[in-house]
Amino acid sequence: MSTIACAACTAVPPVQEIPPVDSDLQFSLPGIHCAACIATIERGLAGVSGVRDARVNLSLKRLSIKGSISPENVEKAVHDLGYDIYPLDANTLKGSEDLAGKDLLMRLGVAGFAMMNVMLMSVATWSGAEGATRDLFHLVSSIIAVPVVAYSGQPFFKSAAKALRVARLNMDVPISLAILLATGMSVYESVSGGHHAYFDAALSLTFFLLIGRYLDHRSRSAARSAATELAALEVQTSQRVVDGRVETLRTTDLAVGDIVRVAIGARVPVDGQLISDHALLDRSFLTGESRASDADQGEVLQAGSVNLGPPFEIEVTQVAQDSTLRRIADLVATAESGKNSYTALADRAAQIYAPAVHLLALATFLGWWAFTSDIRLAMNIAIAVLIITCPCALGLAVPAVSTTAIGRLFKAGYLVKHATALERLAQVDHAIFDKTGTLTVPHVTLPDTLTPTQKQICVALAQSSEHPIAKALAQQESDIPPAAITDIVEHKGQGLAAMVEGETVKLGNGRWLGASFHGLGFAQGSQPAVALNVDETLRTGARDALDGLTIPAEIVTGDVPDRAERLERELGVPVTALASPEYKHAHIQAETSRGRRVLMVGDGLNDTIALASAHASIAPATALDAARNAADVVLLKEDLSELPLVLAIAQMSTRLSVQNFCIAAAYNCVAIPVAIAGYATPLAAALAMSFSSITVLLNAQRVRFKT
Amino acid sequence: MNVLVVLIPVSLVLGGLGLAAFVWSLKAGQFEDDQGNAQRIFIDDQ
Repeated sequence: MSTIACAACTAVPPVQEIPPVDSDLQFSLPGIHCAACIATIERGLAGVSGVRDARVNLSLKRLSIKGSISPENVEKAVHDLGYDIYPLDANTLKGSEDLAGKDLLMRLGVAGFAMMNVMLMSVATWSGAEGATRDLFHLVSSIIAVPVVAYSGQPFFKSAAKALRVARLNMDVPISLAILLATGMSVYESVSGGHHAYFDAALSLTFFLLIGRYLDHRSRSAARSAATELAALEVQTSQRVVDGRVETLRTTDLAVGDIVRVAIGARVPVDGQLISDHALLDRSFLTGESRASDADQGEVLQAGSVNLGPPFEIEVTQVAQDSTLRRIADLVATAESGKNSYTALADRAAQIYAPAVHLLALATFLGWWAFTSDIRLAMNIAIAVLIITCPCALGLAVPAVSTTAIGRLFKAGYLVKHATALERLAQVDHAIFDKTGTLTVPHVTLPDTLTPTQKQICVALAQSSEHPIAKALAQQESDIPPAAITDIVEHKGQGLAAMVEGETVKLGNGRWLGASFHGLGFAQGSQPAVALNVDETLRTGARDALDGLTIPAEIVTGDVPDRAERLERELGVPVTALASPEYKHAHIQAETSRGRRVLMVGDGLNDTIALASAHASIAPATALDAARNAADVVLLKEDLSELPLVLAIAQMSTRLSVQNFCIAAAYNCVAIPVAIAGYATPLAAALAMSFSSITVLLNAQRVRFKT
Repeated sequence: MNVLVVLIPVSLVLGGLGLAAFVWSLKAGQFEDDQGNAQRIFIDDQ
């Protein structure tokens, strides 16, 4: 019923509101997977007023909307269609378009075109064309090949030049050398009326290596776009204080002079001057120093700092996008260059490998020249050795697997923030779950015994907290206007205290309020605390996740024992109650010292230390900013049921990396002696080399089909 | 063999047309959502 009502109200244009300006909105749709989803969403939105064009991109799991409609209305409409939707910051996404991929594809297309035509021409030569005809074909071939090699080979040349400039050797140096030598020698042969030209070899080498490069880029860009999306999700909204009321708006809509409230555990969204008396900040993002730092009234706080203390307010001094961009760069860098130990090993191998390849090719050339006095033959064999030995497959072995796995997990709704996270996930043998907000979702009811003013105070207190129960309360009772409260202090793991008209008001757990009950309560002045009934329901898929795990699991929670026991009976998993943040951390360290590798799944500020100290960690998208930052993997959708799949994919990708190393090594062991003996022609070498790269890349794709 | 003078340019022009079509489709963004395009054929017309 609510679906119909809501669809109707979104269909009616809000009369009192000024219609938003025509804009381009971007959303993340982690739950879509098929044609039916595309059709449902696109058709559903086509009927919503203000939407001019709605287009779903299944590969990126994104929705782009053109038209004059507010993001909230789109979210509501899509939510009513039954899909999870998260708004994305258009400015953050801007420039994340896959230009490099397009560029590679273009070079690949051009190389393919040239290769086909030149191969066609060379058929004439191989089947016996002579004299002027052969020279004509060679000439036409060189006219096609030379500019194409110059254009399509650029990714290799640039990378090789970059390495040479700092006096180092990488994979692209032998590749570039082989392409340039083959082309240069063929031009010389054509001009001097020689019998054989190897333009087709040079072009097919370029073409096949570009295929490998493009496939690699595609699996990498999945991780890159995930990182960008994460950044776009993070500093999405800010809380602006207007006339004592807190309103949520997009960070990009903030103006200089606005007052912004920064909740506990949240990041400072923009640079601003501290208005509150005091603030406690984690500036590790900016300074690399993880120690908490103090700030006093009037100090300018940089965007990106995390609030560790009570909520404070800042006056916006700068709305520049610099800080946001810096953070994206940071996340992308983590996803891209966070190479795991296997990759580092491959890189180190390349440092030894590249000089060895050049020496081997040079020795082959000199050897054949000395024995046969045929400089042309010696050159051919040397080029074949160069092509055969470029260890592309060796270099692709790990990144191909990890980036494909990251792409696969992204499809399942998990954003992998760190490349080494997969390897660490593959090693975990013990799982610790947080309860509240991770396995369960809260539901709070305000009893009728509270006066309307008290309800307003409750809502005001709840709004100042990032605690999931408080958030749930603030969201449920959003109709109640919050009361004006001052001097808000959050007591970690206990509750919130504030002042209203000279009286202390508190929202927190019963023990802290001095009451006889353990659950959430509200106290005003010296009056006895009132218990607020907090119910909880299991998050979707929580049971499936726990049942599907092959490693032992336990739940560690800060909650009261009776509810913990209820959950223990319900799920059949050991539960530890009344755990403090320090206990969680100490518990993980104790398990680690016993030789276990712990997976932490949690969402709150009290889990942040645990998330950071565990061997691997996962946080839901609804988690605190601080927790999301500490976690290796962020779960984008509500459903937890695919958690065992994450571990299975991580294990499979480690296995595939090892397999790929073996394939690449075995290939080189066989091919090098054949090439040195002179049995590999440049064309055969180019084909064989590319096949080994493609075998490794295709082997990596197997992780896609893991279910 | 004089026919080659005609045939070579013809084959190059035809190949060039194919390349031009590829460049156009790339610029028009047809390679941006390969999975979506693969699924869209299952959507019934309304």
